[in-house]
Amino acid sequence: MEFFFEVLIGGLLAGVMYSLVAIGFVLIYKASGVFNFAQGAMVLFAALTFVSLLERGVPFVLAFLVTLAAMVALALLIERAVLRPLVNRSPITLFMATLGLSYMLEGFAQALWGAQVHGLDLGIGDEPLEIGGLLLSQFDLFAAGTAAVLVAVLSLLFNKTRIGLSLRAVADDPLAALALGIRLQRIWAVVWAVAGFVGLVAGLLWGARLGVQFSLSLVVLKALPVLIIGGFTSIGGAIAGGLIVGASEKLAEVYLGPFVGGGIENWFPYVLALLFLLVRPAGLFGERAIERV
Amino acid sequence: MLYREAGQFSSRYADDRRVFRLRQDRLGLALLLVFAFAVVPWLGNDYWFGAILIPFLVLSLAGLGLNLLTGYAGQLSLGSAAFMAVGAFAAYNFELRVPGLPLPASLLLGGLVAALVALLFGLPSLRIKGFYLIVSTLAAQFFVPWALTRFGWFSNYDASGVISAPKLEIFGIDFGTPAGRYLLTLGVVTALFWLGHNLVRSELGRNWMAVRDMDTAAAVIGIPLLKTKLLAFAISGFFLGVAGSLWAFAYLGTVEPHGFDLNRSFQVLFIVIIGGLGSILGNFLGAAFMVLFPLLLSNLAGLLPGGLIDAGQLENLQKIVFGALIVVFLIKEPEGLARLWQRLRERARIWPLRH
Repeated sequence: MEFFFEVLIGGLLAGVMYSLVAIGFVLIYKASGVFNFAQGAMVLFAALTFVSLLERGVPFVLAFLVTLAAMVALALLIERAVLRPLVNRSPITLFMATLGLSYMLEGFAQALWGAQVHGLDLGIGDEPLEIGGLLLSQFDLFAAGTAAVLVAVLSLLFNKTRIGLSLRAVADDPLAALALGIRLQRIWAVVWAVAGFVGLVAGLLWGARLGVQFSLSLVVLKALPVLIIGGFTSIGGAIAGGLIVGASEKLAEVYLGPFVGGGIENWFPYVLALLFLLVRPAGLFGERAIERV
Repeated sequence: MLYREAGQFSSRYADDRRVFRLRQDRLGLALLLVFAFAVVPWLGNDYWFGAILIPFLVLSLAGLGLNLLTGYAGQLSLGSAAFMAVGAFAAYNFELRVPGLPLPASLLLGGLVAALVALLFGLPSLRIKGFYLIVSTLAAQFFVPWALTRFGWFSNYDASGVISAPKLEIFGIDFGTPAGRYLLTLGVVTALFWLGHNLVRSELGRNWMAVRDMDTAAAVIGIPLLKTKLLAFAISGFFLGVAGSLWAFAYLGTVEPHGFDLNRSFQVLFIVIIGGLGSILGNFLGAAFMVLFPLLLSNLAGLLPGGLIDAGQLENLQKIVFGALIVVFLIKEPEGLARLWQRLRERARIWPLRH
């Protein structure tokens, strides 16, 4: 039984890491209706920039700020060069544009900083900690704490600031927001910048876990089922989805894996998401679209 | 002046319903087919067949498969490569386990198995819509290569899951030479494009387009969503499955499940976007672009003074240019290369006048 709880909690904590990537998705989808496949590439770009600066002797805080500035610049550029010309196009077109964007970002990040694997040490040990008789990874606890802080900061931003109010207005009804004089383009730039910031945090944690390398951009594939279970429009849903995926993935690997020969973690979350969707077609917390003819 | 409909009158309804109404189009197509079937096999060399023409044809067919599903029926799919893999491995197993089965039959059966698998993964489309649906096709994309690697039976217990092409022989005629493989591919692709083009003009094709434009509205006017969507998945799966077997047998010769990974799915998706969603010709244009563009880029890089761009950088550069091209295409020409071609035709019609 103890082993079961260890696996369960380990899975839950690992799931938080997925949520971190999914939150970036949700922000952009809510504000601009864009299904941003490039979130993974943004994570890679942020982590690679950060670690390369660090390796060139830039102090930690400065590297963080410079990377953040780069992500903001990137957001402005994306809004200007991709989103604005594609305004009012179908969601599928926007999705494909982000596919192109992710190719560009991956190519650019690797052309700029090289394709080798970088180690990233955030100064958090990975030795397991014993809490209440359960062995838990210190790093995972730290990641979960970071995610909690991030969500708190985001909810402050959304609920207590003027810009957050306009973000919510745009998410609620873009046309009405436009009529009230909210500048849609600025909101998009802000939201992509915030998603870039979330991507940076996710990139640091994932980079410290896996090493900063190309495969980092594949975390997007881990985040997708999370997002789908939680629903595209809810940050809470992204967290809940992450917990569900993380826990069930680990449990399935341990208890189901031996029967089918292991290696099921690639597709298991998708099948799980599919089962959830069959019951709730817009995810757990997603908005159900009402269709009129 | 040459390309004009003047003097070609429709005197029967059947004339009006022809696929190619212009005599010039019919003639052009006939000439093109004669050229492709009779002249190219004598002209081409191994490099042209192996590295350009065969992958071009197979990718066009894969593009058509996805285009039927995404461009015509409006169901976004990121699992094309999985259905290609199913087709390839199924055809391989039919060829292996049923002695004396002719090659066309095993291609057909491979396609049918892929259609069944696609149907299975298309079932959720009845309940799930839009972006949520990509989870279903992505599930196929990750599950299929895993299953093909995991269960040795599929690859006849090969240690690394690799399958090799059977002897390419139809009724005693050997198609194993490069020109033979080209002819085999060309024949299959021509037949399936003929089928596909007629499909999208049929009642089913029109139902697909109605579902694509708005499925609630389509249901209201009495289009059976269940049948229409599932047929889209199954038929798309069939085309992709045949494309997969050709990819394995005629192009690569040996293939492993991971040759059909997510990147291959994206490649097929890009063919469809660049060529033109909801266009038959677009698949050829997109596939030609997909095959020729990397060659062009590496040749251009070769022209630069030696060592300026190494292989790794070239790959990155290729990615950047590719991504940029996709974005530019979506902004400037959302209907793809097929639309450019159409415009060119309209210009040719009124040439030498401008309006």
